[in-house]
Amino acid sequence: MSFTENVAAGSHGTPAGTFRHWLVLIVATLLTWQLGESRGGGLLTAIILGIAMIKGAVIAFDFMALRHAPLLWRCLLGGWLVLVCSLIGLAYWKGITP
Amino acid sequence: MTSHALPLPNSTEPRLAGDLAIWFFIMAELLAFAVFFAAYAFTRAAHVEEFNLAQQALNRNAGAINTLLLLTGSAFVVRAVQGALAGEARRAAPWMLAAIASGVTFLVVKMVEYSAAFDHGVSLSSSTFDMFYLSLTFFHFMHVILGLVILSVLWLGLRAGRYGPHNMNGLESGAAYWHMVDLLWLILFPLVYVIH
Repeated sequence: MSFTENVAAGSHGTPAGTFRHWLVLIVATLLTWQLGESRGGGLLTAIILGIAMIKGAVIAFDFMALRHAPLLWRCLLGGWLVLVCSLIGLAYWKGITP
Repeated sequence: MTSHALPLPNSTEPRLAGDLAIWFFIMAELLAFAVFFAAYAFTRAAHVEEFNLAQQALNRNAGAINTLLLLTGSAFVVRAVQGALAGEARRAAPWMLAAIASGVTFLVVKMVEYSAAFDHGVSLSSSTFDMFYLSLTFFHFMHVILGLVILSVLWLGLRAGRYGPHNMNGLESGAAYWHMVDLLWLILFPLVYVIH
């Protein structure tokens, strides 16, 4: 059974789609890993948080199949992601402003 | 005949993948972790120099490898769910086993990382950063262990051919829990290991 075997699209997507999502997640992780080696700073923090938010959205909407869920649940999980990343961003902003 | 009241996984109607109860549980878990993440971030704001210095001692490579392992494990779980939905639960079972292997490797990498950290004197009382690092990652570590127990049950169910297009609830609920464990790590890794 190959990973990208042809399976009809249900609410959990197709194997080929899952493979593409996985690839995006892996590339994003390698990017974050690389960015961790640099000196840091506000812009870098914003970029890393942005990448984390995109990765989280792929997990929630595609892997957890929330793309096909009622609006309330999409808002709850999406809202959690935005809230957590905003709070972290706010705290870091607080840390770099005297 | 309540089973007809809910849309099936192949329908185009909006539906939540898995039991409603597991989603309440997931939201409760996500909110608990959100409080811990915010506590870390705002404590750091008051001790930036100290946190940045202590963070340099962390094994960022181990953290990144563990991210790759969890993401790959999650993709395997999705693949197992797709297989069951296509009516091929038994053939999909090896994907679940692959996901379990990814999770177990995560635990091994984490234990190697902890062991090295303990050798360097990291403890709950060695510094504020270390306290956060250990409690956040260990709290998550315990979730990975529970997730692996759940995946093992699902693997046995797939092997027994228990899941299929008309019986996805248990499989989807367990899968959603595993993805939540992954989702939490996707925030935890940049927060504790990377951002400085």
